[in-house]
Amino acid sequence: MRLFEFLFPRAPSASIAKERLQLVLAHERAGRDGPDFLQDLQRDLLRIVQKYVEASDDAIEVRLGRNGGASVLEINVELPRPARTTRPRTALSSL
Amino acid sequence: MGKVIVVTSGKGGVGKTTTAAAMAAGLALRGHKTVVIDFDVGLRNLDLIMGCERRVVFDFINVINGDAKLNQALIKDKRLDKLFIFPTSQTRDKDALKREGVDKVMDELRGEFDYILCDSPAGIEHGALTALYHADHAVIVTNPEISSVRDSDRILGMLASKSRRAERNEPPVAEHLLLTRYSPDRVARGEMLSIDDVKEILSVRILGIIPESETVLRASNTGTPVILDPTSPAGRAYEDAVARFLGEQRELRFAKPERRGFIRALFGRTP
Repeated sequence: MRLFEFLFPRAPSASIAKERLQLVLAHERAGRDGPDFLQDLQRDLLRIVQKYVEASDDAIEVRLGRNGGASVLEINVELPRPARTTRPRTALSSL
Repeated sequence: MGKVIVVTSGKGGVGKTTTAAAMAAGLALRGHKTVVIDFDVGLRNLDLIMGCERRVVFDFINVINGDAKLNQALIKDKRLDKLFIFPTSQTRDKDALKREGVDKVMDELRGEFDYILCDSPAGIEHGALTALYHADHAVIVTNPEISSVRDSDRILGMLASKSRRAERNEPPVAEHLLLTRYSPDRVARGEMLSIDDVKEILSVRILGIIPESETVLRASNTGTPVILDPTSPAGRAYEDAVARFLGEQRELRFAKPERRGFIRALFGRTP
């Protein structure tokens, strides 16, 4: 009953829906309209990394996103064991 | 040359067939010679919504395979002079709609009709892509609900890349957003995405808002396009949508809650 909603208001869920949609669609559109070279780039990078360290085949993640007006190429490399640095991930080089 | 309109959505159950039936009837009411085609191979349902299920003799696949002529498969509507229904087949072979065959049929229909409405199956597989391939216009049927909006976005991407217009570098398919099962009361309470939210997210021009209405089920129960039910708010909303499609300006009805008495506003939900 509306009377009880008045006494115990809930956060309007429509705004949550809108926010979630905008986020997920921004990501999906970037992938859809993005260039086709991402997979090739990922494969080549993996080959190079594997030349120097023992990395598994899913150790590299390449993503094209947007940050404000600029395209951002995000490359995540997961190294197998902590080598010399304490941070296992290197990230974010801009296009 | 006739114009091809695809009614599509990505997601199932949002009201594509209801919309295809209503818009086809609406265009025919306005004097345009119109055919509505069921592209949902294997799951024929447009015939039921149009109330002609017992008159199906030949179907889309029969025509493509050369087993029947186009005119033998077209069913003339008993209520509207200018309206024809082109039923699909119930074969389980989903890929039965061969590209060249469909091309030939569409060319022939373009020569005979003013408007050709293609009722797309759900999904983004062969059937849905075949339905949208020839489109000049696309009516994107969307519910104010996240999964439907996301799937509509996906279909918009398909229209921009997989349609014949896209392949040939022609002007893009004209996109029209139709928001169905809309409940202005729930929008006002912040429980449902509003027309403006959906418009902002998808950036497509609005063709209409179809309010959630019990009369839609009644129409499908009786095999009548809901636009032909004079008591139906959804029918009036479809009339507006058809008018806008034909270039008329119409005020957007059903976007705001109806004014109600204090007691009903306090306790009542929409009937």
